Amino acid sequence: MSFFKKLKEKITKQTDTVTEKFKEGLTKTRDNFSSKVNELVARYRKVDEEFFEELEEILIQADVGFDTVMQLIDELKMEVKRKNIQDSKDIQSVISEKLVEIYREADETSTEINIQENALTVILFVGVNGVGKTTTIGKLAHKYKSEGKTVLLAAGDTFRAGAIEQLEVWGDRVGVEVIKQAAGSDPAAVMFDAVHSAKARNADILLCDTAGRLQNKVNLMKELEKVKKVIEREVPGAPHEVLLVLDATTGQNALIQAKTFKEATNVSGIVLSKLDGTAKGGIVLAIRNELKIPVKLVGLGEKMDDLQEFDAEKYVYGLFSELIDQEEA
Amino acid sequence: MAFEGLADRLQNTINKIRGKGKVNEADVKEMMREVRLALLEADVNFKVVKDFVKKVSERAVGQEVLKSLTPGQQIVKVVQEELTELMGGENSKIASAHRPPTVIMMVGLQGAGKTTTSGKLANLIRKKYNRNPLLVAADIYRPAAIKQLETLGKQLNMPVFSLGDQVSPVEIAKQAIIKAKEDHNDYVLIDTAGRLHVDENLMDELKNIKELTKPDEIFLVVDAMTGQDAVNVAQSFNEQLGLTGVVLTKLDGDTRGGAALSIRAVTNTPIKFVGLGEKMDAIEPFHPERMASRILGMGDVLTLIEKAQASVDEEKAKDLEQKMRTASFTLDDFLEQLGQVRKLGPLDEILKMMPGANKIKGLNNVQVDEKQIAHVEAIIQSMTKAEKIHPEIINGNRKKRIAKGSGRSVTEINRLLKQFEDMKKMMKQMTGMQQKGKKKGGFKLPFKPF
Ligand SMILES: Nc1nc2c(ncn2[C@@H]2O[C@H](COP(=O)(O)OP(=O)(O)O)[C@@H](O)[C@H]2O)c(=O)[nH]1
Ligand SMILES: Nc1nc2c(ncn2[C@@H]2O[C@H](COP(=O)(O)OP(=O)(O)O)[C@@H](O)[C@H]2O)c(=O)[nH]1
Ligand SMILES: [Mg+2]
Ligand SMILES: [Mg+2]
Repeated sequence: MSFFKKLKEKITKQTDTVTEKFKEGLTKTRDNFSSKVNELVARYRKVDEEFFEELEEILIQADVGFDTVMQLIDELKMEVKRKNIQDSKDIQSVISEKLVEIYREADETSTEINIQENALTVILFVGVNGVGKTTTIGKLAHKYKSEGKTVLLAAGDTFRAGAIEQLEVWGDRVGVEVIKQAAGSDPAAVMFDAVHSAKARNADILLCDTAGRLQNKVNLMKELEKVKKVIEREVPGAPHEVLLVLDATTGQNALIQAKTFKEATNVSGIVLSKLDGTAKGGIVLAIRNELKIPVKLVGLGEKMDDLQEFDAEKYVYGLFSELIDQEEA
Repeated sequence: MAFEGLADRLQNTINKIRGKGKVNEADVKEMMREVRLALLEADVNFKVVKDFVKKVSERAVGQEVLKSLTPGQQIVKVVQEELTELMGGENSKIASAHRPPTVIMMVGLQGAGKTTTSGKLANLIRKKYNRNPLLVAADIYRPAAIKQLETLGKQLNMPVFSLGDQVSPVEIAKQAIIKAKEDHNDYVLIDTAGRLHVDENLMDELKNIKELTKPDEIFLVVDAMTGQDAVNVAQSFNEQLGLTGVVLTKLDGDTRGGAALSIRAVTNTPIKFVGLGEKMDAIEPFHPERMASRILGMGDVLTLIEKAQASVDEEKAKDLEQKMRTASFTLDDFLEQLGQVRKLGPLDEILKMMPGANKIKGLNNVQVDEKQIAHVEAIIQSMTKAEKIHPEIINGNRKKRIAKGSGRSVTEINRLLKQFEDMKKMMKQMTGMQQKGKKKGGFKLPFKPF
């Protein structure tokens, strides 16, 4: 059985609403992307420079990282030469194969959140301004709470106006406690407090919010390192996850974000937020390709349950399903 | 490697054809490919890139470039001109209604920076136009969005109108205008909730607010890091609401900001302001030619120069210059100068703004340690007046005393004294050069001529 067939079978078996929602969220781009490739194939009978240039643009348009696109196109060109492909129809399967390959390769890294059994799990959230850190914490708190876990939130964004209150509203909504200090206080001190409260209350999960910061601000990145150090010192083995939140509408800069935050805090996974919009965050392809950081969660809206675990196969299927269907037909 | 910048990219092509002196059409085509790649990697929308490259090609294969003896430079010039042109002129005017209050509506996606920019604009309007704005909290959806605006209002000492989160935004806007008239607020800034441009219900809500308040300005707030989707967002908001301006936020980051070009091209609406930080005064008028350089990856020289001008005290600078010339520059002056430079901002950020800084070995990815500067300050502050003026009197004993006072080592003190001597020598040379070069004037181009 071909890889695509297996993939399709696996997907169609999962008929829960979760899958539906995921697919629905991706339809817009999928239509865009796949119909563009189909159109391209129909228009160009011959595989030539111009064909590749347009394919390049289709990939760029999905915000797939620039270097990754160039690498992909080079590989495709080689493949075309090797197999002596001349008709554009014959290249279609090669394209989809190559695209999926990037994800499959990276699939080896686990996309599961590293939860400790019978011990405190600390998850630190990092990222630039306005990407959805606080919202994701609210959603995740809801998920763990409904699984029967004791969850605590740490209001580590002491800088942005109203940030503490925002987290408190989420705490009320979900029904979990928020550990906070006054606005403007040292975030490392808040973390210290939070970790000790979590221990004292025998909490299962501590979700740590931080202020948004652009990755080129050296002092703010150092502050973040300090916050992480406090957690490391107070709970051996923590933080168990450092999740970088990326906005799906972000372009090439997301790659630099991932690189810099990884250097500073050893990011263990990505949350791709705002995937309910028309942008699809193709840059995560480049991030997996170049930095090997897996996407673990996706945000699909502003409500409590608009959060899902990332499933690479579903994501790829969503993005390229028309290509896949065509190959089967 | 990505993010090379157009000048570097073209340099490579030029090196290949250098021997020929002049270039032919095929060479131009190759250069155009580099232009295309440079723009795509800066996040300019691919369609916009396509049109743009076509336009530049036409000019390039015309006389200008082919005849030139410095074709690479010529192409950069053409590209920069066309880019600046496409970006439109400078326009940071804010409307003023015949019958106050002037109503400004802030719209955009979630997390773009609407609330922050509302505060910044209100601050600007009060400072620059001496007006009396009212901020309106019309985001009833995002948790604590009202609190956020109220906190900013408090910081700015500016009134914020709110009816809580149980009243519809349309009603809030309506009541706000009545209130503004009562209180003689001549500007009303409505901070709306973030929404997806494809969310019909929420877009209808904005249309209703518009219908009711007849805003004089509708500003779309866009994150400068936005990728290819920027065109869809901008086009959709523009079609549904009729934008009057755009504010590009988070330009204090290291994004190239190609979204600016895309938005401008699809909406034909001026980008009026840029956001350069989280503080309430971190807003500036949009400068098309600077944005063009930035998108092309050629360093933001002008911003650097302007920043320097704004933060260096003229009197002190003159005084320093005089001292340099007469070689009566002391360690105290050195300390003073250090302070002036630091006012420009974190040193590594300044370095990043310099074109070509990424090319100089050692400066690449440099992270200036602010601590080290603090150490230098501590050392100088531990010296006596006489020592600062005549550092040559600092002998072993004095060094030990200074070391104790500053908490630094004698080695560090030696290093500083040596650096200071070197600097004085260099200054003498430089002031000599400056005098000679004065007549020529003018800035060097922010890229190497090839
Ligand atoms: N549509 C959509 N909006 C989101 C999503 N996640 C967060 N947001 C919104 O994005 C804005 C910024 O989110 P916030 O959590 O405050 O970002 P932070 O600054 O990183 O903490 C808010 O208006 C959120 O409601 C998502 O997955 N989809
Ligand atoms: N560095 C930087 N951060 C900004 C800028 N403008 C807004 N922000 C930050 O971006 C985040 C979202 O801003 P906010 O005003 O809440 O966005 P809104 O959801 O559109 O109202 C906050 O953390 C702001 O502090 C800017 O120009 N530079
Ligand atoms: Mg937050
Ligand atoms: Mg807001």
